[in-house]
Amino acid sequence: MDIKDLIVDDRDRGVFRVHRSCMTSADLFRQERERILDRCWIYLGHESEVEAPGDYRRRTVAGRPLFFIRGKDDQIRVFLNSCPHRGAMICRRDAGNAGVLQCFYHAWSFSTDGDLIGVPGEDAYGPHFDRTEFCLKSPPRVDSYRGFHFVSFNPQAEDLVTYLAGARDYLDLVVDQAEEGMRVVPGSNRYTIKANWKLLAENSLDGYHLVPTHRTYVDYIAGFGTDDSGDTVSARPPGVAKALGGGHCVSENISRNGRPIARWHPIFGEEARERIARVRRRLVQKHGEERTYRMADTSRNLLIYPNLLIMDFVAISIRYIEPVAPDRMEVTAWHLVPREESGPALATRLDSYLTFLGPGGFATPDDVEVLESCQAGFRATEAGWSDISRGMLNPCPGTSDELQMRGFWRQWHAHMQGRDRTNVKDR
Amino acid sequence: MSRTGSLRSQVEEFLFREAALLDEWRLDDWLDLFADDARYVVPSTDLPEGDPERDLVFIDDDIIRLRARVDRLNSRHSHRESPRSRTRRFVSNVRVEETGDGELRVSANLLVYRFRSGEGAPYVGAIEYILRRDGRDLKIAYRRAVLDLEDLSWHGAVSIIL
Ligand code: FES
Ligand SMILES: [Fe+2]
Repeated sequence: MDIKDLIVDDRDRGVFRVHRSCMTSADLFRQERERILDRCWIYLGHESEVEAPGDYRRRTVAGRPLFFIRGKDDQIRVFLNSCPHRGAMICRRDAGNAGVLQCFYHAWSFSTDGDLIGVPGEDAYGPHFDRTEFCLKSPPRVDSYRGFHFVSFNPQAEDLVTYLAGARDYLDLVVDQAEEGMRVVPGSNRYTIKANWKLLAENSLDGYHLVPTHRTYVDYIAGFGTDDSGDTVSARPPGVAKALGGGHCVSENISRNGRPIARWHPIFGEEARERIARVRRRLVQKHGEERTYRMADTSRNLLIYPNLLIMDFVAISIRYIEPVAPDRMEVTAWHLVPREESGPALATRLDSYLTFLGPGGFATPDDVEVLESCQAGFRATEAGWSDISRGMLNPCPGTSDELQMRGFWRQWHAHMQGRDRTNVKDR
Repeated sequence: MSRTGSLRSQVEEFLFREAALLDEWRLDDWLDLFADDARYVVPSTDLPEGDPERDLVFIDDDIIRLRARVDRLNSRHSHRESPRSRTRRFVSNVRVEETGDGELRVSANLLVYRFRSGEGAPYVGAIEYILRRDGRDLKIAYRRAVLDLEDLSWHGAVSIIL
């Protein structure tokens, strides 16, 4: 099938279909690597994961072994995790602290800013040996936005802020919730889903599946009752879904459940009520009513195209998807919290995270199941197409409409055909 | 039999009964083994020493959430376990230590094979308990399953009780 025919996008009839070979074909998977993962900005990690000079973290990003390390000058640098000498991995733990980086093969050593500083028996190389040719290499592009560090393997990539397009404002809305900045708490959830990576990008934004798939979660929360005292929320319009340009999309909901930042819910317990009210007053003072309302009373699932999600609802989760094979992805999730929270405030937030999020939560296992079920279903190749048309003729699409998923797919389709940006105003 | 020997066999008997209840999916009966102030914790694979008060873990249940977890697993809408997987658990290397206050600190090795959807794989790890005497029986006051797996890999989730 020709790539241009993989998606049917008929705006007059309100029909949007994706051919299921997009999720199964090894050829398309290889092309995705070249045309998307090797061209876009891809998430690497958060600044708080390396707090002290010498702290490092190892990651696999778009298939490459990388690590990032904070230097003595406080700068975070990113290196390919492969020795410039003959290839061995320099960094052999997922996390740690190092003053000098020494390769265990022939014991070449490197400073934390990547310079080659030690070569056993260096004279044997003769007078033309030049240490500067053997510095640790960085990915072609490295940049960060408000603590989120990204890399790109495309030397011509536009700068990160331009790339983030409309997603930038939503990242601000997350980071601004903290008084003293955000940090990632220790520990990450890592799991494999035997499904194509795009299914999780889609599912993470899909409001339509919430009630049918996550019924046990919805019932569990309903069991705690709701807090409708002084409820200004019901007077507000329902949630919205938006394509933010460049494939980034958001589904923004009015939160009826609790938000640890500044919306109390009975599940948090009576003792949390006053504390949460205080945070809210602080937010209003600093950001005004309207922005506080957005931070506290709305929640958002944000896709930073192609494979990063910021899930900001019962807590804030950073979810990175590493495509591994057409029918396999590896997921890593971290928990992002305001630095100023500790003790009971932090405990409330950590607890809230675990209700929905994470592979031991009351909802994520069902998402894993549903994606694997779709992937298995795709083996019935005669079925051909998946439908993502919901709300296509709706002039103001809500979160149960599927505009946000179409935004992702349109960008994917453009990239796969060698084109660049999609139109921001897509329906 | 020595005193520790008979204490260990009493504890083993308890752990084997617990394992059977879980493999048979008799989760309501399993809940009866817990004290009201109990806690069930599964730390993240990359931070086995993780503390739920500070760190990201997979599971941190008090008795209320543990009951809710069982309700959920009993429901046909708990899709990862509906239909249920087949499990077989092996509990071994049991060690028991009496603490001064009448509680028992117990550790054991845990191996749970889980089969579903045409595939199967083990969860491997250690399990720690604090058991409390309750008349002639024991109650679980604390239960912590620490996985040796580097990530959840094939399982994709912690969808059963570990
Ligand atoms: S490969 Fe690293 S020193 Fe030789
Ligand atoms: Fe879901």
